[in-house]
Amino acid sequence: MAEKESMFSKSNIKLLKDPLNDNNPITVQVLGICSALAVTVQVKPAIVMAIGVTVVVAFSNLIISLIRNFIPNRIRIIVQLVIVAALVILVDLTLKAYSYDISKQLSVFVGLIITNCIVMGRIEAFALANKPWPSFLDGIGNGAGYGFILIVVSVIRELLGSGKLMGFEILGHKAKTISESTGLYTIGYENNGFMLLAPMALIVVGVFIWVQRSINSKLIEK
Amino acid sequence: MELANIFIKSIFIDNMIFAYFLGMCSFLAVSKSVKTAIGLGAAVIFVLAITVPINYLLDVYILRSGALKWLDASYKDIDLSFLSYIMFIAVIAGMTQLVEMVVERFSPSLYSSLGIYLPLIAVNCAILGGALFMQQKDFSTITESIVFGLGSGVGWALAILALASIREKISYSNIPAPLRGLGITFILTGLMAIAFMSFMGIKL
Repeated sequence: MAEKESMFSKSNIKLLKDPLNDNNPITVQVLGICSALAVTVQVKPAIVMAIGVTVVVAFSNLIISLIRNFIPNRIRIIVQLVIVAALVILVDLTLKAYSYDISKQLSVFVGLIITNCIVMGRIEAFALANKPWPSFLDGIGNGAGYGFILIVVSVIRELLGSGKLMGFEILGHKAKTISESTGLYTIGYENNGFMLLAPMALIVVGVFIWVQRSINSKLIEK
Repeated sequence: MELANIFIKSIFIDNMIFAYFLGMCSFLAVSKSVKTAIGLGAAVIFVLAITVPINYLLDVYILRSGALKWLDASYKDIDLSFLSYIMFIAVIAGMTQLVEMVVERFSPSLYSSLGIYLPLIAVNCAILGGALFMQQKDFSTITESIVFGLGSGVGWALAILALASIREKISYSNIPAPLRGLGITFILTGLMAIAFMSFMGIKL
């Protein structure tokens, strides 16, 4: 029992919670932006991507932390990349086996988890200097912080861009003429197709950072 | 003509940053001044132009389904493409190491200006992204892959240069405090990406 308590001690809980707000990988540490922006057109791929990244970060942190005392410093980048790449191949093959459509939609971005800076950044900044269990928690926390932003951005983009969430038409059905449509579209509502374009992801994240920093003023840059 | 088309397309239409958001992390982090942006941009062009053709050869002669035919006719059913991530990243990490050593030996002045950025490039997603897009595009000759690598690099360098110049200018502007720094940079990049969308559909 005593061991279990120390597993979720205050500092360990902090490792899980910090990345959600104060130390968010995307909006504060500026890590892992590439994939975050590209997969947020719809909610479903965003969730899959979030889970994939969380798994890879958590386990690569764990593995690197286990062998951190045996890695020669000079070749550590190659060692890290090989471990991460092996994990990513596992994720990619699993996706191809169980949800082929989403894997097609994510295309190269699953492979790009290898160079996702969250993974390398957390290995370098945390796992190389900490014990396996806290490193694992740090990985889960950062994956969750990343996933949180992904899901917020993708909800905004899918809802405003195509009037759907997870593929369901929650604002009603849009037909060719107003009389055939249902829901909001009967009063002349139009989808903002602009939201589906890539640049809007950047602007949505920018506005998200604005909101977050207005609430949490200690994050404001000088 | 085909080559010019690939080059222009990879610079403007399939721009690594504005169309695919690749290499975004270093793009946002290193774009505070024009000088460092030029250094990193040059390093990315260099590495992309070298690694894309190498990975192309790797893909054609080893990884692709049936690629091992040149060794022995009985290997024609072997498909090693699931290994491509690990092979590509190994090539990229190895090449950046090699490039770093060569540059250090033959051009110390270039090394001191690029020095810190070269190792960083191994984990720049634009480089691996270049290799993976090359794989998807099915180029028929190695020249096409060289041109594609070069063009992608130039596009990336152009983008970081443009953002760095704007950021140097707006450092004197009165921006709302919570938006300062990262927030405004995101919005700027978004606006620039919208501008780049006007290149869409251009064909040479």
